[in-house]
Formats: sequence, structure tokens, C-alpha cells
Amino acid sequence: MSFIEAHELVKTYSPRGGPTVYALNGLNLDVPQGTVQALLGPNGAGKTTAVKVFTTLIRPDSGSATIDGIDVGTHGDRIRPMIGVSGQYAAVDENLTGFENLDMVGRLYHLGARASRARATELIELFELTEAQNRPVKGFSGGMRRRIDLAGAIVMRPRVLFLDEPTTGLDPRSRLGMWDIITRLVGEGTTVFLTTQYLEEADRLADDIAVIDGGKVIAQGTADELKASVGGQRIELSLVSEADSAVALEVLRRHGSDEPVLSAEGRTLAVRVAEGPAALQRVLAELHSADVALHDAGMRRPTLDDVFLTLTGHAASADSEGEAAA
Amino acid sequence: MTVPATAHRPSLDGPASAAPSSLSTWFSDGWVATKRNMIKIKRVPDILVFTTLQPIMFVLLFSYVYAGVIDIPGSDYKEFIMAGIFAQTVVFGSTYSGSAMAQDLKDGIIDRFRTLPMSPSAVLIGRTNGDLFINTVSMVVMIGTGLVVGWRVRSSLLEALAGVALLLFFAYALSWVLAFLGMCVRSPEVINNVSFLVLFPLTFISNAFVPAESLPTPLRIFAEYNPVSALVQSARELFGNVPPEARGVSDAWTIQNPILTVLIGIVVMLVIFVPLSIRKFSRISTR
Ligand SMILES: Nc1ncnc2c1ncn2[C@@H]1O[C@H](COP(=O)(O)OP(=O)(O)O)[C@@H](O)[C@H]1O
Ligand SMILES: [Mg+2]
Repeated sequence: MSFIEAHELVKTYSPRGGPTVYALNGLNLDVPQGTVQALLGPNGAGKTTAVKVFTTLIRPDSGSATIDGIDVGTHGDRIRPMIGVSGQYAAVDENLTGFENLDMVGRLYHLGARASRARATELIELFELTEAQNRPVKGFSGGMRRRIDLAGAIVMRPRVLFLDEPTTGLDPRSRLGMWDIITRLVGEGTTVFLTTQYLEEADRLADDIAVIDGGKVIAQGTADELKASVGGQRIELSLVSEADSAVALEVLRRHGSDEPVLSAEGRTLAVRVAEGPAALQRVLAELHSADVALHDAGMRRPTLDDVFLTLTGHAASADSEGEAAA
Repeated sequence: MTVPATAHRPSLDGPASAAPSSLSTWFSDGWVATKRNMIKIKRVPDILVFTTLQPIMFVLLFSYVYAGVIDIPGSDYKEFIMAGIFAQTVVFGSTYSGSAMAQDLKDGIIDRFRTLPMSPSAVLIGRTNGDLFINTVSMVVMIGTGLVVGWRVRSSLLEALAGVALLLFFAYALSWVLAFLGMCVRSPEVINNVSFLVLFPLTFISNAFVPAESLPTPLRIFAEYNPVSALVQSARELFGNVPPEARGVSDAWTIQNPILTVLIGIVVMLVIFVPLSIRKFSRISTR
């Protein structure tokens, strides 16, 4: 049974003097309880807008969003006690210390003075925030704020945890720490709704990935299903010498089912093939007789990057262009 | 990891979800939000400096620099000016709410508050309470300084307290107006500049620093119907600082009935802007 549900959600923005933007354009989602749903998409895809609708921050123009059957738009007061939110940008009070921030959130969840202090102390330890415990947040790094913010989202154990790009801007170590925490929360039964631009992150954390672009879901499934939907396997070759690339391309073109791609550095080639191993054997035989030396050759299943490229026609890491708009 | 499970986990029909509407949570949320602003006042020293030093400076400047040149018939300028300085200070003291709401929106903390099961008025109550606190501190400092430089209350203690209360309540109501504007404008810098552009003429083209009658006609008419003049006039009368000669000089209704005018002003501001601000708060989100 679905726990979080979006039905034909539409949200438009009409910036002054600009054309109407469809931030959400008929978004449909269906998330079972206790699972992790990832919303994967580039900047400007509508991820934050979707999270804001579900967390009662904005109302959709049309369509419905429900959590546990409760309409998010009309019954925000029943939704808020059961959700935890960590938005795209850390929502912390700069003038309060890490401890005071968490204590305040606890009090506003109505945990009571003693329980919220105890919980704040516990979270400070859990998120390794001892440094920020008694100092105003003002002077701290983005990573530290992010952690305080996430801690704020789980002050009370939420039934649904919303995380909007939880690891964007974190260093690799903090990212691993974050993944660890999310995994543990899920182990305890929390339903998690997270957005990400990182294919690896979605693959690693989510039970189900909804790829979104232009405000709607353009593909959905497990990482494996998505890869399979792009179809076929790929032959990937690594040449010893760049000079052979023209010959190798020609061979791949004959055996592949679409146009082979040559990497920027000119020595790695890949092509999609219909029947994998047989094609690989033929390719290798032809390369051998043409005297092309190889570092490496093999079959690989499509990556999520291939999925994205195939589905949207543009690469997933559209990091820079949308930054100002996001 | 120990996430408190059963203890804090709200059930849908349980007390946690019913709680936000009850009076005690409303009170507690308002208190938590107020405490947050108190901590800010403590941590950002400029606020307290501005709140205490500036009024002291005004009292000293006006009572020593201008007192010699401006002549109020039948009164001592020091006595005349004090209500004006009080009014100007508390009116400007109510602008923190505007810039603070805009700043909170910019920082994104509003989004945190809005996703918590707290009362939708709490942040605004905490914010306007913060201004009330700042203004109370300013009032105490100014009264002290005033008494030192020779200002005297010539009415009863009760009337004087009523005058102080009127000043503080007027500024409190104005805080709600500015909080609303701060949420509309969204930029702390813009709301600050706008409120200064509006409040400077309002406080200076009034009877705060010179008798309204001494102004050229168009300015005099503006000054007479300016709510700040009514506020100053009320405080002046309640402090017993209106010279007998100055009574009844202006026949504008607002100056003849200053206290009633101020009370009406307070009620109008609160009745319009409290619900409007709460409604606005329930819809805003960072960008
Ligand atoms: N408040 C807003 N005003 C105008 N346009 C907006 C606003 N919020 C989002 N948008 C636009 O809506 C689209 C989706 O934005 P968003 O949901 O933030 O995407 P994402 O989080 O996936 O990067 C973008 O084109 C963005 O510019
Ligand atoms: Mg976003």
C-alpha cells in the first residue's frame, strides 16, 4: 500500500516578466512505507519543489499529495508532527549554538524541556558536533551546518524523513557518514524520501529511483531495472595507442547497435551491442587481425549515467548551469 | 544510534498532533521563539548598543544642544522634548521585526519553523516580543538619563506609567506592521531603508521636537494628523509636560484627543496586521 503518494502534481511559477515555469508538471509517485525513495534529477528538475509540497511549505496548483492518506495541502497540521525535513540549504539559526538549535527544535516538537535537552545532547554526539555544541553556528562550515540541519530533522523520530540533496557539498568522508546514518534510520523503519543529483547515491541508498526531469517522472524502478530499460550491454575497449582509434571505431560501428562513443582522451571506446559475448568475440578477432593492441576489453552493463543520457538526452551532471536558479 | 522510538513518536490521533492548537503549546511555542530572539540580542552586541547608547545620546544632544536655542512658551525645552525622544526611539525600535523577518526568510530558518508542528503565530509573537523587550530597555535608559539631566514628571506616577505603556504598545503594534512588510519585501536591507525613509519624516514632521504650530502651514497640517504627533502629545500630557499655554493651540481632533487617537491606532494596526502577518507566515518559504 502506498504511504506517500503524488497524483498529477502541478506547480507553476510565473516570474515577473518571464515565461511561466512548470516546476512540477504532472508528477506521480507512489512510495510504500518503510522504503527509501530517491528522486533523481539534474538542477531545475523540480526536486526541491516536490519536497516543498510534501513538507507543507508550498501548495500545488493542482493534483494531490498525501502521506498516509492525509492530504498535505489541506491538513498540514496533521502532517507536520510526523515528518522530519532537511532542506537543500541548511535551515539553522546563525546566532544559536548547535545545542540551542537542536534544543529549540525539540521544544517546538513539544518534547518538553528535559527530553529535548537530552535529545539535543544525544544528537550532538551522534553527528560529531561537539565542536559546534556551545558556539554560535555563525562561524561554522557548510558541512557542519548541514549536519546540524539533518540532526534537526530527526530530533523527533519522524515517520517520514525528507532529505533534499543531503550530501551536496559534503566532503567524501561526511558523505559516507551521512549514508551510514540514513541507512540506519531506514533499518529502524523510517520511510525516507530523498533527492539527489548523484546516481551513485541513489543506487546506494534507495529501494526505488524516480528519475525526474522537467517536473515529471521520466523513468522509475530499481537501479537494475533502470539499467535494463536502457537495454543491452556495452562493449568497452581501452587502446594502447590513440593512433588506433579510427580503426577501432570502424570495427565497433560494424558490430554495435548504435553509434560508438570515443572518450575525450581518445583511448576508451564503448558501444551498445545486441548479443553481448558473441559480439565481443567478433570484435576482438577483427581487432586482432588489424593489429590493434588493447589494454583492456570487456562487457559492461549500462551505468546510471548511461540511463540518464538515454532518457533525457543530456548528461546528469548539469551541475553548473542550474546552480543560480536552484 | 538511539533514535527515541516509542517515547516521542507521535501517533496520528495522539496528543502530539492535537497539541498545536491548545493554549499551552501556543504559549510554549511563543516563549521558545521569544527566547531565541533574546539570545540573539545577547549575542549581537550592536543591537544592545544601539538600544541603550543611542537614546542616551539623543537625550543629551537635545537637552544640551537645542535646549538653548529652541524656546517653548511657558515650558522648559528639556521637558518638552523628552516625550518626543521617547516616541522617536520606540518607533524606530519597532523596525527590528521587519528586518529580522526578512533575514529569517533569507537564511531559510523560516522553512524549518514552517515544517515543525508549532503554532503559526509563534515566530511572529517571539519577534514582536523581542522588539517590545528592546524598547522597554530603551525606555528605562531614557527615563534614567532624562531624570539625570533635569526632566521631571509633573503628573502622577500612574499617569506617567500610562504614558510609558502607551508608547510601548504603539511601538508593539507597529512591529506587527513591519513584520508583515519584512515578509513581503524579503530583503533585510530594503526593508530597513524603506522603514527609515518612511519613519524619518513621520517622526520629524511632527510635534516631537518642535511645537507643530511653529511649522509652515502644509507641514503643520501633516504634523497635526501624523499619528506620531498624537503619540507624542499623549505622552507629553500624561507626563504633565504640556505647558498650560500650549493647550488647545491646535484644534485638530487628533491633537485634541491624542490618547483616544493612539488607542484607535493601536487597535487598527493589530486588528489588521496580526491576522495578515500570520496568514502571510503560513505561506512563505525561502525562494
Ligand atoms: N520560487 C520560485 N520562483 C520562480 N521559479 C522557481 C521557484 N522555485 C523554483 N523555481 C523554478 O522551478 C524549477 C524547478 O526548481 P527546483 O524544484 O528548485 O529544482 P531542483 O530542486 O530539482 O533543482 C526551476 O526551473 C526553478 O528555476
Ligand atoms: Mg533543489
